[in-house]
Amino acid sequence: MFKPNDLILRTTTSLIAFILLGFAVYLLLAGHNSPGGGFVGGLMTASAIVLMNMAYGMETVNKILPINYRTLIPIGLLIAVATGIGSFVFDVPFLSHTFGHFTLPIFGEVELATAMLFDLGVYVTVLGVTMTIILTIANDQEDGLEGNEIGEDSDS
Amino acid sequence: MIFTVLIPLILACFIPLLSKIKEKIHTGVFVFFIPFIIFLYFIQFVGNDFSPVRQTFRWIPSLGINLDFYLDGLSLLFALLISGIGALVVLYSIYYLNKTERLGHFYVYLLMFMAAMLGVVLSDNVFVLYTFWELTSISSFLLIGYWHFNERSRYGALKSMLITIFGGLSMFGGFVLLTVVTDTTSIQAMIEQKDVILNSTYLPLILGFILLGAFTKSAQFPFHIWLPDAMEAPTPVSAYLHSATMVKAGLFLVARFSPVFSTYEWFFIIVSLVGIVTLCWGSYMAVRQTDLKAILAFSTISQLGMIMAMLGFGTEIAVFAAVFHILNHATFKGSLFMVAGIVDHETGTRDIRKLGGLITFLPITGTLALFGTFSMAGIPLPFLNGFYSKELFFESSLDLAGASTFADLLAQAIPYLAVFGSIFTFVYSLYFLFGTFAGKADLAKLPKKPHEAPFGMLVSPIILVLGVILIGLFPNVVNGTFLAHAAEAIKGVSIEKHITFWHGFNYTPLQMTLIVVGLGLVLVLTRKKWAGAYHILPGKLSLNRLYNAILDKLDDWTKDVTQSYMTGSLRLYVAIIIGATLVVTAIVMLVTGGFNIQFNDLADVTAIEVSVVVIMVIAALGTIVAKNNVSAILILGVVGYGVAILFVLYRAPDLALTQLVIETVTVVLFLLCFYHMPKLRKRNESAGTKTINLIISIGFGALLTLVGISAHSSKWFDSIADYFIETSKPLGGGHNIVNVILVDMRGFDTLFEITVLGLAALAIYSLIKLKKGAK
Repeated sequence: MFKPNDLILRTTTSLIAFILLGFAVYLLLAGHNSPGGGFVGGLMTASAIVLMNMAYGMETVNKILPINYRTLIPIGLLIAVATGIGSFVFDVPFLSHTFGHFTLPIFGEVELATAMLFDLGVYVTVLGVTMTIILTIANDQEDGLEGNEIGEDSDS
Repeated sequence: MIFTVLIPLILACFIPLLSKIKEKIHTGVFVFFIPFIIFLYFIQFVGNDFSPVRQTFRWIPSLGINLDFYLDGLSLLFALLISGIGALVVLYSIYYLNKTERLGHFYVYLLMFMAAMLGVVLSDNVFVLYTFWELTSISSFLLIGYWHFNERSRYGALKSMLITIFGGLSMFGGFVLLTVVTDTTSIQAMIEQKDVILNSTYLPLILGFILLGAFTKSAQFPFHIWLPDAMEAPTPVSAYLHSATMVKAGLFLVARFSPVFSTYEWFFIIVSLVGIVTLCWGSYMAVRQTDLKAILAFSTISQLGMIMAMLGFGTEIAVFAAVFHILNHATFKGSLFMVAGIVDHETGTRDIRKLGGLITFLPITGTLALFGTFSMAGIPLPFLNGFYSKELFFESSLDLAGASTFADLLAQAIPYLAVFGSIFTFVYSLYFLFGTFAGKADLAKLPKKPHEAPFGMLVSPIILVLGVILIGLFPNVVNGTFLAHAAEAIKGVSIEKHITFWHGFNYTPLQMTLIVVGLGLVLVLTRKKWAGAYHILPGKLSLNRLYNAILDKLDDWTKDVTQSYMTGSLRLYVAIIIGATLVVTAIVMLVTGGFNIQFNDLADVTAIEVSVVVIMVIAALGTIVAKNNVSAILILGVVGYGVAILFVLYRAPDLALTQLVIETVTVVLFLLCFYHMPKLRKRNESAGTKTINLIISIGFGALLTLVGISAHSSKWFDSIADYFIETSKPLGGGHNIVNVILVDMRGFDTLFEITVLGLAALAIYSLIKLKKGAK
């Protein structure tokens, strides 16, 4: 059986994937003040996971990250909607955001905005969407023939 | 008054319950009392000192549409006919319709029709009138198609529906115009404003629309073709709807509006001409028929034409004669239809070629037919009412004059045409009578052995024939009590007319009658010799052929049109959508002067922008000529990255980031998908298609470019961007304006954009995973 030697790919992936993931988190957190945001952050995270999938194969990655990406879509949407509904508690219109400056133990004075929570919802949704689409289509290559065979068997 | 309209409708709801016990008692027995009571209610108004009664019930006051009922002489005449003959027809139908028939359906339709017809004649509001008018069309449709398992019944019902609804809708148009012109919905108020209507520029339209409604309903030439086919209905229906009531709704309409239009010359020309042509054509065609009911149908057409012509004349004597003949025709035609029904019922056929010599088997029926047909033919005997009205018709036709040459010519021709039509009326009346009852009976041809009908079936025609004779003997009893009131309602002035039988030999109408009888007898005796004429005149010019051809052609044409563009080809649909957008946008831009090409507000172009754009253009052209999928996708990626570089150049870092990642993901997805796709084929399209594609795509691209430049050249107000720049930090708490807009200022859009993404992902998942056969 032919097995390609992809040692270089795997080695670099383990490095690059974490850089990508870190960059993705940076993009998400920095979005309010510099270029970035939930959308790009989500896509970047998805790219890192796709890269890992390509290097190690889907089964391995599934063991490391046992996530059902489809469930991320409603979770992300729920977060986004919840930030909107949260504004009703303070008797302001839907999706009204606010922000404030706080002094935290380690980080010192930081600015926290409720819009970040909304962005988090966008991040989770985009990650779920991208991974669902890519994995579904990619998996279809392997299952396709099998599915047809099963169909034919049941027909006969 | 309103209860006369509502009671049949309300009681119709209970008929289905009654029909459950039809095994014991015929449903018609219960129904009979409804028209009978209504008849008794209306008969109390008859008298010399009658004056109009008005009632109003609120319906839609904000639109001026109320249930206004107005009972004048004309309405009273019709209401009595409708309820009186209605009662007789129900009585007749009890014996005519077997208990195995769907009696519930029949009487519900019949009561619905009766209510609608009473509504038509009593309404003073044009829109209420129209409502009831359409209800008569619908109930008539249901009644004609009563035996829906017969193909001919369905054809006849559909035909009558199409023609009468066509007329009804145009009448509605006329009513709307009338309401707009006079600013009232009441007919009586419109009559008071007749000068306004006569001076309106819409007058020809109003008249045309209303007359179209009247002519289609009353089966006037050339819309008469539905009536002979409506004879597929059960005979009580034919007797009621298609001789006495519904077909007279058109006459009622013309009579109702004649106070408005009668001084307008085109009213005289159109109504008289159509009426007299219908009279001649109907009586000419009646002789050709072989079916008893078809003879009566054409006879009805011709008699209606005669009344219509008299309404068109508009002179006092003509109006009086018209009203008189409406009454007379209802009596003798109703009885004749019932006679035809009895013959059909007792012998099993209505084909006049198989019938003959029935007088020995059906003596009473034969006698009734004798009175009915002689009255219809207008034979000068003092106990036949048909003769009086026919003589009045001749008299009124002699005294006509028109203002224009054409009207004058028509006025001079009318007496001759009247005599011509009456001769044929005489011929078919005798043909009907002798063909059925005289001669030698050939029992072998008959499906059943004939015997006299049960007495219950004979009661109604006997009452009607008694009406014929009594009106014939004492015409002046009905004259003053209610004919005069009806004529007064049409003409607007009190009409005193004494009906006498004998005027002396020098009386021209009598001479005309004698000519009719003489020539008619000759034609009856020589009928076989000249029957060949029918192969020539209706021959290929038959109006039914025209009607069928129109329907077929419309079917074909609509099919052709739909098939010509609904080909199922996406290419064509896209071409149509893009082409239509192109044409419409271009026309709108040109007409409104929207193209505005200016170059004074442009930024400087740098070399790097130019080079990026050149690369993108080359790549775009490359995708068009690419020979296989993968290269096309990769070249398309070049365009995407070029856009990302442009975003960088135009200082949009967020967009550039997103565009780069999305472009990559898209290319990957494309490659994943196209892995499964068949190889790109060279499409073999004709040169013409290619040229059209090229023209549309280049045209659309050029147009959008022009629109874009024009939009840039015409700035009508300042951008709101400054607001975002100023408030991004103080209100949104962020320096990244794009992100603040996306998640804070316009977070609502973003919320639904991620929803769209989620839906797309789930759709792709379900498309792939939930396909047929997959677990």
